Amino acid sequence: MSWMEQLDGRSCVLLRLGDRRFALAADQVSELVSPSRMFRFAHATPEIDGVILRRGRVVPVCDVAEKLVGKRLTSRRYYLISRRRPEGTADWIALPVSGDCELIHADLTPASPSDSPHVAAWLSHAGEVIEVLNLAALTPGTGPAESMAVETPKPEANG
Amino acid sequence: MRFESAHKTPAVRTEQIILFRSSNQVFAISSASVQEVRSVDSLAGMSLAIDEASVPKVRHLLRRGEQSVYMVNAALHFGLRPSAGALIFLLRKTRVGLLIDGIEKMTTMTRLQALSPAFCHEERLWYRGLTVLDQNVIPVVNPQGFLSEDELQHLDAAVGALLEAQAASTAEIGLTQ
Repeated sequence: MSWMEQLDGRSCVLLRLGDRRFALAADQVSELVSPSRMFRFAHATPEIDGVILRRGRVVPVCDVAEKLVGKRLTSRRYYLISRRRPEGTADWIALPVSGDCELIHADLTPASPSDSPHVAAWLSHAGEVIEVLNLAALTPGTGPAESMAVETPKPEANG
Repeated sequence: MRFESAHKTPAVRTEQIILFRSSNQVFAISSASVQEVRSVDSLAGMSLAIDEASVPKVRHLLRRGEQSVYMVNAALHFGLRPSAGALIFLLRKTRVGLLIDGIEKMTTMTRLQALSPAFCHEERLWYRGLTVLDQNVIPVVNPQGFLSEDELQHLDAAVGALLEAQAASTAEIGLTQ
């Protein structure tokens, strides 16, 4: 079974970037941690701020707020540590978020071809329509073929 | 969901490394890849100046037999604030001397973590990976990543022209004496 087939499209983590809320498929999220020491070293990928150490792993930190809300976060409340690729591959990234996160269950509407590549799906929650993020399209170092789109659960084929 | 433990490696392999400084940043290099450590002063009379615009991180070279060994300024290579450099690592199996500010210490690393795919530019050539020492993350440099084949060709061509000009100038002096 592929990662996308395993993905439960209705379990999502809501995250806050500035004034806006976004969602990530819950299966992509590992944990929410308080900001810890960030290590910086010379590199040439401007989207990456540095790395943090988490359980012996080095996790790159990528502030996606600039792409999503037009400015970088001035205050980072947590890092949402998320997986960008299918299970079994160690490709984690820490997303700074500016507020509490919330685990919700919601029906997803698939993204349409006219949506931005970073939109994997849409969900509606508390009267708000929220983008479910496609991290592979939003963060550096993933080819288009490797993108993880969130798929809404399809009815099982009968016959 | 939580990370599974990252300490699953069954056999611990260690590697001797040298921590060095360039423009206030610390890097590691395998000590096995360093053939000699020289001070810049000790090479002062032996090096030739070179000005190849396409490879600005190289300003000097050493002639060793028929070969040119190019001095790569580590600060410029890594895009850091320029630093003159005080020491040179002459690297094994390459034609590179690495100009650095100083050595921090020699130590041992037990684990080299691959660079995350999120790092997707030149740093993938610069580094073998990252290691964690005393709760610090240190990039471990790739000795083969300082000069590309293309850069070496440009430098070799520039040196060829430089040596020809020198030879012509010497011959001219000989004729006029």
